[in-house]
Amino acid sequence: MEVFLQQLINGLTLGAIYGLIAIGYTMVYGIIGMINFAHGDIYMLGAFNALIGFLVLFGLGVSWVPLAILLVLIITIMITAAYGWAVERVAYRPLRGSTRLAPLISAIGMSIVLQNYVQLLQGARNKPLHSLIQGGITVYEHDGFAVTLRYLQMGIVVVTLLLMIGFTLLITRTALGRAQRATEQDKKMASLLGVNVDRTISLTFVIGAALAAVAGMMVVLYYGQIDFYIGFLAGIKAFTAAVLGGIGSLPGAMLGGLLIGLIEVFWSGYFSVEYKDVAAFSVLVLVLIFRPTGLLGRPDLEKV
Amino acid sequence: MAVTALQPVDYQKLTKGAIGAGLVTLLLASLVIGIETISSTGALTYETRFRAVFCAAIGVGIVYFLVRLINVGRLLIPLIGGIVLLILTVVQAVAQVEGWAIAAFAMFDSAVVNWAVILVPASIVARVALALRAGAQGGTTSRAGGASHREANFSTYYRRINKQFAFLLIAVAILLPFMPFADRRLVDIATLVLTYIMLGWGLNIVVGLAGLLDLGYVAFYAVGAYSYAMLSVNYGVSFWVALPFAGGMAALFGVLLGFPVLRLRGDYLAIVTLGFGEMIRVIIVNWWWFTGGPNGINKVGRPSFFGLDFERNPPPGEVSFHTFFGLDYTPNQRVFFLYFVILVFALLTNLFTLRIRKLPIGRAWEALREDETACRALGINPRNTKLTAFSIGAMFAGMAGSFFAARQGFVSPESFVFIESAIILAIVVLGGLGSQIGVVLAAVVLIGIPEFFRDLQDYRMLAFGIGMVLIMIWRPGGLLSHRDPTVYLNKGKAQSGAGS
Repeated sequence: MEVFLQQLINGLTLGAIYGLIAIGYTMVYGIIGMINFAHGDIYMLGAFNALIGFLVLFGLGVSWVPLAILLVLIITIMITAAYGWAVERVAYRPLRGSTRLAPLISAIGMSIVLQNYVQLLQGARNKPLHSLIQGGITVYEHDGFAVTLRYLQMGIVVVTLLLMIGFTLLITRTALGRAQRATEQDKKMASLLGVNVDRTISLTFVIGAALAAVAGMMVVLYYGQIDFYIGFLAGIKAFTAAVLGGIGSLPGAMLGGLLIGLIEVFWSGYFSVEYKDVAAFSVLVLVLIFRPTGLLGRPDLEKV
Repeated sequence: MAVTALQPVDYQKLTKGAIGAGLVTLLLASLVIGIETISSTGALTYETRFRAVFCAAIGVGIVYFLVRLINVGRLLIPLIGGIVLLILTVVQAVAQVEGWAIAAFAMFDSAVVNWAVILVPASIVARVALALRAGAQGGTTSRAGGASHREANFSTYYRRINKQFAFLLIAVAILLPFMPFADRRLVDIATLVLTYIMLGWGLNIVVGLAGLLDLGYVAFYAVGAYSYAMLSVNYGVSFWVALPFAGGMAALFGVLLGFPVLRLRGDYLAIVTLGFGEMIRVIIVNWWWFTGGPNGINKVGRPSFFGLDFERNPPPGEVSFHTFFGLDYTPNQRVFFLYFVILVFALLTNLFTLRIRKLPIGRAWEALREDETACRALGINPRNTKLTAFSIGAMFAGMAGSFFAARQGFVSPESFVFIESAIILAIVVLGGLGSQIGVVLAAVVLIGIPEFFRDLQDYRMLAFGIGMVLIMIWRPGGLLSHRDPTVYLNKGKAQSGAGS
């Protein structure tokens, strides 16, 4: 019971991070139908920008942690969003309207570029950061085994929830959200009706990158160390989460993220740490066999 | 055509765009380039290198301005600007090497990056020169028109020489080891390129013909390599006996993995195959008592030439290649032999693909790629048809894998990471989906050329990625992008788009 509760808390935290990254995949897939393979590396860049931001702020003498976190959050979101925009502008926009595989290859190329760019500039070694937010509350104690909920974990889940609410409002209530949904349904019609399609797609990438940036910053705080390669596995897991929830569906991405996080944590807790990735993928395969469009995805109608 | 009147250029807008590009670059570069984190004994410290950030921002702004001007047909300013930039970049790169006093102002600390930056103004000057030549020949000033015209020309030309070109390539491949300039390194690289060509041709069956996006192709390569390695080490089975078994094993895995998931469409299939690729690697790493874990398997047997091996001192009772033919022993004999083995394998893969396209099953693959619903209506069983493509593709990967194991003499999970799948897929797509010669061209560009730049270790993968993006933008349909359906229904409208 205690172990179960503790794993549940850990799994929800990890799942929240996956969910935030998965939204970027699912939005881009929904709007232009491509797998943005570089998205995992955008998240990695977010983590690096956050780490460097903390380092510089502490170097400049900002020692009050909440202020540092707020400043770093703003800086990280700005820079990472700019990366999202630049990647779309450079590598995907020239390929709009060509075959389906061309942007995929370009995205894989971009992912290789970003990984090596960071490796060359910042080195291949692990980058540690001392933990900024310590402590937590004991939720439940039994036979000397205490289930703790760290403040950081609470923060991660709360921030994710807030972002999700804000994001849902953005998509359902604002002009930008309307333009986005219109573009998703029919690009040509949307552009005829006065929606600036290029701008909408760019903004989709910017929003996705901003959410990934928040995820990156939370990972820096949570694990306290990053390297240039973290984007690959996190990206694959997040994409798996997006597919699991039903690609193109925003609540699906969040649900998928939570499920992947929980599966991973419970599997490592109860069975074996080595095979946690295998477990996540096996669940994906099983779900896809019985529900080929994911948990919350709408079945595509085949037009003949 | 006479020189068309140029539209007036909105310099204000252009300048704004250039400043915008510069500012975005400044933002992008600010932390990742501007601050270098240094791990020293537990704690992290940093150093600044802001000069590179400002140089990059200003450079991107200027280049944006010049390229936009070329695009609207103004060539004078880009020509002058390009030449000035060219001189500046060359001077600073040389200054850094020679250690002149002005080297303190060099853009970047790394000499390789400083030299690579020269390529940017060089490409601007080259583009201006091309545009000037096209203008002098009375070509259109419109860029898009010129490109499609060029492409059409290229396509008809290519179709005419296609067959001769193929035979020429084969002749070059056969004669390559006997050329005076062929040393061991060249033949080694050629062997590697041929391995990737074979993998590319194998994947082409799955992606190019059947239209199934497979992101985990390397899993079958791994199955083939490990099958042979284990047979060889545990039971002493020779390469040629194990080869069909390794191919069959990979094909079996193709059927097992493909059966549940092949009814998924497009991108769902892509992520599931990617997952399978990762799963097989994770299993190889962790199932250590069976596969040797991260250390892999050592001392895998080498292939022999009809029972003659390539040792200087063969074990008692066996005859070596050089003694049988009365030659002097050189280690090159084995290298050349392996080269010819993979050449034959690759050509067999190609021949198989060319022939099977003419059989009902091959036709069914291509039909399925174009329209699955129509195929179902015509009584083609989509799952079985896809399954054959998937498992035949897997079989070729398995054979290539066992060759890889035999050539290296050891296998380890590091050789079978996702990036390998991505590279093979990139070879197929960059070559032009479904184009057999395109695969050769792409493999030479992506595998062969970077191999010659091994000395630039760190920058090799960066350049590789940039190359992938640039080739895709330059020729979105692949290097040889024309593709004819095998069967024409109606000559007029029979061109189909690549990919489904």
